[in-house]
Amino acid sequence: MKAFTYERATSPEAAARAAGAQVNTRYIAGGTNLLDLMKIEVETPVHLVDINRLGLDRVEEGKDGGLKIGALVRNSDLAADPRVRERYPLLSRALLAGASGQLRNKATTGGNLLQRTRCYYFYDTSKPCNKRAPGSGCAAMEGFNRIHAIVGTSTQCIAAHPSDMAVAMRALDAVVHTVSPEGDTRHIPIAELHVLPGNTPQIETVLRPGELITAVTLPPPPKGVQVYRKVRDRASYAFALVSVAAIVDVAGGKIGDVRLAFGGIAPKPWRDEAIEQAIRGVSADDASLRAASAGLFADARGHGHNDFKIALARRTLGAVLAEAVS
Amino acid sequence: MMKMDKPVGATPLDDNPKGLVGKPLDRIDGPLKVTGKAKYAYEYEQVGDASYGFAVGATIAKGRIVSIDTASAERAPGVIRVLTYRNAAPQDTKSREAVPQLSGDGVKYYGQPVALVLAHTYEQARAASYLIVVRYAEEKGAFRLDEAKDDARTPPDLPYAKTDTDSGDFAAAFAAAPVKHDETYTTPFQEHAAMEPHATSATWQGDKLIVETSNQMPTPGRKSIAATLKIPPESVRVKSAFVGGGFGSKLDVQADAILAALGAKAIGKPVKIALTRQQLFHAVGHRTNTIQRVRIGAAKDGTIQAIAHESWSGNQPGNDEFEPAVLATRSLYAGANRMNHHRLAALDLPPAISMRAPGEAVGLLALEEAMDELAVKLGMDPIALRERNEPKEDPELHVPYSSRKLLECMREGAKRFGWDKRDATPGKVQDGRWLVGIGMSAASRGNMLMKSSAKVRLGADGRVTARLAMTDIGTGSYTVFTQVVADMFGLPMDKITVLLGDSDFPDSAGSGGSFGAASGGSGLYDACMNLRGKLCQVAGTTADKARFADGALFVDGKSRPLGELAGEGGIEADGGIEPGSTKKDYAQHSYGAFFAEVGVDRDTGEIRLRRMLGVFAAGRILNAKTARSQALGGMIFGVGSALTEELVLDDRYGYFVNHDLAEYHVPVNADIQNMDAFFLPELDDKANPLKIKGLGEVGISGAGAAIANAVYNATGVRIRDYPLTLDKVLAGLPT
Repeated sequence: MKAFTYERATSPEAAARAAGAQVNTRYIAGGTNLLDLMKIEVETPVHLVDINRLGLDRVEEGKDGGLKIGALVRNSDLAADPRVRERYPLLSRALLAGASGQLRNKATTGGNLLQRTRCYYFYDTSKPCNKRAPGSGCAAMEGFNRIHAIVGTSTQCIAAHPSDMAVAMRALDAVVHTVSPEGDTRHIPIAELHVLPGNTPQIETVLRPGELITAVTLPPPPKGVQVYRKVRDRASYAFALVSVAAIVDVAGGKIGDVRLAFGGIAPKPWRDEAIEQAIRGVSADDASLRAASAGLFADARGHGHNDFKIALARRTLGAVLAEAVS
Repeated sequence: MMKMDKPVGATPLDDNPKGLVGKPLDRIDGPLKVTGKAKYAYEYEQVGDASYGFAVGATIAKGRIVSIDTASAERAPGVIRVLTYRNAAPQDTKSREAVPQLSGDGVKYYGQPVALVLAHTYEQARAASYLIVVRYAEEKGAFRLDEAKDDARTPPDLPYAKTDTDSGDFAAAFAAAPVKHDETYTTPFQEHAAMEPHATSATWQGDKLIVETSNQMPTPGRKSIAATLKIPPESVRVKSAFVGGGFGSKLDVQADAILAALGAKAIGKPVKIALTRQQLFHAVGHRTNTIQRVRIGAAKDGTIQAIAHESWSGNQPGNDEFEPAVLATRSLYAGANRMNHHRLAALDLPPAISMRAPGEAVGLLALEEAMDELAVKLGMDPIALRERNEPKEDPELHVPYSSRKLLECMREGAKRFGWDKRDATPGKVQDGRWLVGIGMSAASRGNMLMKSSAKVRLGADGRVTARLAMTDIGTGSYTVFTQVVADMFGLPMDKITVLLGDSDFPDSAGSGGSFGAASGGSGLYDACMNLRGKLCQVAGTTADKARFADGALFVDGKSRPLGELAGEGGIEADGGIEPGSTKKDYAQHSYGAFFAEVGVDRDTGEIRLRRMLGVFAAGRILNAKTARSQALGGMIFGVGSALTEELVLDDRYGYFVNHDLAEYHVPVNADIQNMDAFFLPELDDKANPLKIKGLGEVGISGAGAAIANAVYNATGVRIRDYPLTLDKVLAGLPT
């Protein structure tokens, strides 16, 4: 890894100021992804600002019945928080489906949102990758793309966002709080945090240089049954091939309000209003829900090795909905 | 030197109810390992400060280096020297044992080391490695076995496996058989993925080279390093006191050892090199993929009339090592007409090397799935089909088996597992969203004995110290050898010191091919017998009249403490073993049977192993606990080969895409819910004086097929392309 300078910040504002003062600075919290990327020089920051001691490690009650999660709350702690388990079981399950116990003990809420893709070629600096080296090409498009995205991709990049936590938060309409190097704060709906690759796959979020995530707020839990289902190649410590976060409310024997977010299939935590629209009003029984799911993802496109994900997404959605109403 | 020319008679290890051999004792090196006191190759504190080496791997699979620009790297902070083929010391490139590094401008495989950066710290060396610019003239390579298959050659026999065997008239008998099975099975590239990466600390003391390295076989390792560097073997000392797993990837001396030796010589300081996890997927070698065609012709009652197993594997051009996948088929089942062949394709990939149970591990995936398919065609129970074809002697060699309890293993396993509750019709059992099925397979792994020697010494303090250049690669060698020596002299464990992993000790076979305990242990046994003889001489008696117990030698009711017999200077003896005529007079294999229950998610195709059982007969069991751990480890390997492990080739680059442990999926704890292993009592007096057989590999040999067969029983989906990932299951499930 390249030599870098390091400082430990003592407040969010000071951290953001420090990050804004020098180009190619990265924040380091758990370091579970950044350090790996630095070792292989996919990331080559010249300066690291350690944000572990900013005091952002608490989960607090929101004024509206929701929760405010500090950006430095560890994945393990967030998953185990009794309020999360009771009101947002979806989030707790998603967190526990991610990584391993050791990684969850280190990984933070803010860091999880900003983790990079697991595309094999992104991790190999000898291979073309428009995300890592803009303009160099995409080795995955014609290469081995079993874990890659089937929706939201571009001709430049088909990498998938690997997070479980963010998928649950997407279903919960979380809001991301930030502070800028200038001291400005803003609230970004999670739907808007991540951007699609388009012609600039190197740009993954709307965060500006030096902008620091300080917290994530969850609105009060919506009505309905919460389910998180992760489909993967082994029982633990594997990224999702497809994951579904569902909040399903049944009214009068039919699906009422429904929120559906997907992981493993898109460059960002994926939510599609058309899919929710198609499920709303469907008779709340196993056969109807599976049938309704089978016709979705019409615009999904596989790239060879990941073709199976289209059928898998439909089948998993059907199973999750059936589970939610059972 | 004892030679295995005839069955051994009674030994001091027999009929010893007070003996330690066989007991489920904890590993004596366990506390050292869990407290970090066991020093591995990279952890040795060398004489003086060590420098650190970082290897740069080629990013093409075939071609030539046109230029290497090392100027920026040489100027980088902390860098002492950069070695390339232009300035590395000349090495032997001719002899079979040599493993030259940086010895020319040719590139034979992706990841081949093309430069070595030597710096004061590891991170300095690694950072500088990214500054090296290599330009290549790339040539088109051959990477795909399916494409190279038709041009595959007939390689020469391996020392332990004939290339082709034929008997009777397979073609005619198969054509005439009332029931035929003919399918092709494929297994993927696999990586050993040992926990400890390949690492070396090398120090030159004058003309003598000390190599602390993670290696399974110090005796041949020393010869290999000496041959490569063109120095006498006596000038090299290989030390591998602790090895964090090998699985075959550390049988040979690897690049890290030679690079460290070259680097240390070049800068006149000790050098440490550890390959990164990502590097070793290419730099070290892998298990080849295989394409296997299995044909079985049977009578309606299941009697096999014709059997053929043909396997294609790949290796580098000129490398004759093939994956002997049809080995087990030659001996496992009866049948008069047989045709079992290997072909080898030339591929421009990293070397295909031995990996846990070379041959059987992947060959039985094919054969044992084929037997299950044949049972379905015959409407027979899979165990009954195997019982029907139990041979009376080895069906190709026409010699008796040294010992064989395959049927007993299947029957005992069936009883313990509840095989009789199985519904043979697929897709009948459901548990919530899970389709549930059970399957079984037979296990078989050839037993070997290699030449090996040892030295034992009894001190005046009554303690025995044993030395041999054997290794403990996590298998329990230290512990089982201590048990053997303890029983040979009637001493407790704490009076015995077993020293391993040093090429200055008596030559040993090392750890590999499940022959470590048998070979190292038998050499040790012989040394102990010789020392017993010397002690009897001192006591003025003969071995047949003497009894060793409680730290003393008993003759005619009188006892003399062993320490007193040793005298002030102590007394020592050498010993050794070499294979003899029992090797060809008897077919020697370890046997077992696997039973697996899986759940298959009816929506997603995810396969989860619910429970698995292995029952084995592998001769005398030296330590019930370490043996069970070995069996479980093998079975977990089998789970990986059945369900998750696949090193994926990208044939545009001739490299393996998923070269890290995040995406090369070995099973994790959550994949292994309920697994157990049992051993049936057995003594094999033709195998070796310990009467043991190999058990490090029998646990994987066939294990994955039980899982594939269980998946079929659960779903009716038959997958012949390992591993059984969910996309392959989905393709067969109803929509």
